[in-house]
Amino acid sequence: MAKMMYRDAIRGTIFQEMQRDPRVVVLGEDVVGGMGTAGGPEAIGGIWSTSTGFYEAFGPDRVIDTPISESAIMGAAGGLALAGKRPVAEIMFADFIGVCMDQLWNQIAKFRYMFGGKSVCPAVIRMPCGAGYNAAAQHSQMISQFVTSMPGLKVVMPATPADACGLLRQAIRDDDPVVFLEHKFLYAMTGEVPDDPDFVIPFGHARLARAGEDVTIVASGMMVGYAETAADDLAQDGVGCDVIDLRTTSPLDEEAILDSVEVTGRLVIVDEAPPRCSLATDIAALVANKAFASLKAPIEMVTAPHTPVPFARELEGAYLPSPAKVAAAVRKTLAYR
Amino acid sequence: MGEEAGMQLNREALTRAYRQMKLIREFEERLHEEIQTGEIAGFTHLYCGQEAVAVGVCEHLSERDKIVSTHRGHGHCLAKGCDVTGMMKEIWGSQEGLCNGKGGSMHIADIDKGMLGANGIVGAGAPIAVGAALSNKIDGPDENGKLAVSIAFSGDGACNQGTTFEAMNLAVVTKAPAIFVFENNHYSEHTGDAYAVGTAQDIASRAEAFGMKVWRADGTDFFSVYDTFGEVLEFVRTPGNGPAAVEFDTERFFGHFEGDPQRYRGEGELDRLRATRDCLRKFREKVTGAKLLTDADLDAVDTDALGTIEQAVADSRAAARPQPENVLENVYISY
Ligand SMILES: Cc1ncc(C[n+]2csc(CCOP(=O)(O)OP(=O)(O)O)c2C)c(N)n1
Ligand SMILES: [Mg+2]
Repeated sequence: MAKMMYRDAIRGTIFQEMQRDPRVVVLGEDVVGGMGTAGGPEAIGGIWSTSTGFYEAFGPDRVIDTPISESAIMGAAGGLALAGKRPVAEIMFADFIGVCMDQLWNQIAKFRYMFGGKSVCPAVIRMPCGAGYNAAAQHSQMISQFVTSMPGLKVVMPATPADACGLLRQAIRDDDPVVFLEHKFLYAMTGEVPDDPDFVIPFGHARLARAGEDVTIVASGMMVGYAETAADDLAQDGVGCDVIDLRTTSPLDEEAILDSVEVTGRLVIVDEAPPRCSLATDIAALVANKAFASLKAPIEMVTAPHTPVPFARELEGAYLPSPAKVAAAVRKTLAYR
Repeated sequence: MGEEAGMQLNREALTRAYRQMKLIREFEERLHEEIQTGEIAGFTHLYCGQEAVAVGVCEHLSERDKIVSTHRGHGHCLAKGCDVTGMMKEIWGSQEGLCNGKGGSMHIADIDKGMLGANGIVGAGAPIAVGAALSNKIDGPDENGKLAVSIAFSGDGACNQGTTFEAMNLAVVTKAPAIFVFENNHYSEHTGDAYAVGTAQDIASRAEAFGMKVWRADGTDFFSVYDTFGEVLEFVRTPGNGPAAVEFDTERFFGHFEGDPQRYRGEGELDRLRATRDCLRKFREKVTGAKLLTDADLDAVDTDALGTIEQAVADSRAAARPQPENVLENVYISY
């Protein structure tokens, strides 16, 4: 085990996989940083510091600094992957998915199905996402709802440094295209990460972050920490919560959710995205459909409102879920008789 | 090109142009200071160094002309007439800001002034400008037979987006009165145009390849911008001519965003740029050299601009903050 930041877990894992497998290549805007300047390559490194040192170690063929051209980045990742490479592409902010949706949605996600199962497209698309930096409507969004809805994509939302490592390694080794949603606010989070260079976390297996028998809280990404904080607070009052960290939203570990709800009968879903057609509504539908008889109270959803992400601190604070909002939802579901 | 048409401007127009540039400079220099205290939230991209472009372009425009800006939008906004205090309050995240604190630095807009928004998405502006230009075309020429125009400001980074290419072609084939203003400050974030722009650091040639008439000029010299843009405008305002493009060679004096350590810069680069490529300094040298305005005239403008910024900051600090319930407003017109 080694203690490290979430961003270093990501950098280190890609680095190790590049060493292990010459097919792994990295591409994205400023992933080298400093190209064509007096400072030279790596003068700064990527803006998230998740590719520092790659260029020096692996050179320009495998560490491809791109112009500002998300459609070309996304499409090239698809092409590299179809041609046998294992691209790890970075879309600097998940919001920029808007620029390159076609290449992800109509191309990468659908190749295998359209081609009758005859193609392999092991592209990893890393997308730093989420709010909390007052970066406003076009640099703060949670896009889990879009990508999770797309058949053909696997979607990962790591909540800890260890998970970032194990899930990213799985993503790179996985033969299907994977969207890897890194919450920007988690980059500085520290935690123990296994040293094993083959440490992988298989997709579709949720993590039980807290155990309790009164209420089930389902969360992913940064929301897991909020749920844990709420659960710890509630534990002081004798309320026990299962906190289920989904880890991957596609595939979804339905069993973990349903098993927990069968015990607790009360469900709170925490989702950073707006409330319509989202992970929250998806999981609520799942539980209403498959664990209806276990439910003792209406399902509570703690989500962003049906608005874009606002700029001002007060507004963004009101927009985002919080541990207090999660705790209030837990209390609300407990109060229902 | 006539010999420095801009130098023929009267005292009032010259003073106004200088004041606009100075206002932008002080606005940005002040933000640079204020951001370090942590009071201002979010990402802020400063326009310092490029003032002559925004002002040299916008001094030609009227309110019916439209502009679409970028993430580095403060200069364009001020030059197009957005209220200084309203902008400052917006950057402060106040409910009294131009966008009620919803947008912040990257999304300042004032539609009534023909300022259709700064933009957080690089390359998003050009298609929007073409749409506005098509609207100008539908509205037809004014009583003098001239069209209103729409301008897309784009950087050397944005010129690599497919959206920019598509917008240029659409404008050409529809003969939209659009003007593509490329501000080549030689960096897109931490990457040099020598690496990222395939056409040998020459963006105008791309527009040319799409079938547009193009101009090139020194973006650190107000008079070079003003004169060149006057020609561009004359061409595009004429019905039937369609779009045009102009590339201005310019510099940014601060980091890409506030907090950027700028390790990609060469030794002494910023000092050299400030010494040799400063549009305000150049303006002062030219107009005092030609005895159009005196140092005292310009100093008075400096003092005035500083006072305006000081007041805007004080007003922003004291301005009303948004309330949590405001988050739900402005999503739709009718619910
Ligand atoms: C679609 C998209 N991709 C990437 C970014 C991140 N980004 C913001 S500004 C910028 C550089 C833009 O360079 P340029 O167009 O030259 O404008 P400048 O910053 O020099 O004013 C980048 C990469 C973004 N905001 N939007
Ligand atoms: Mg630039």
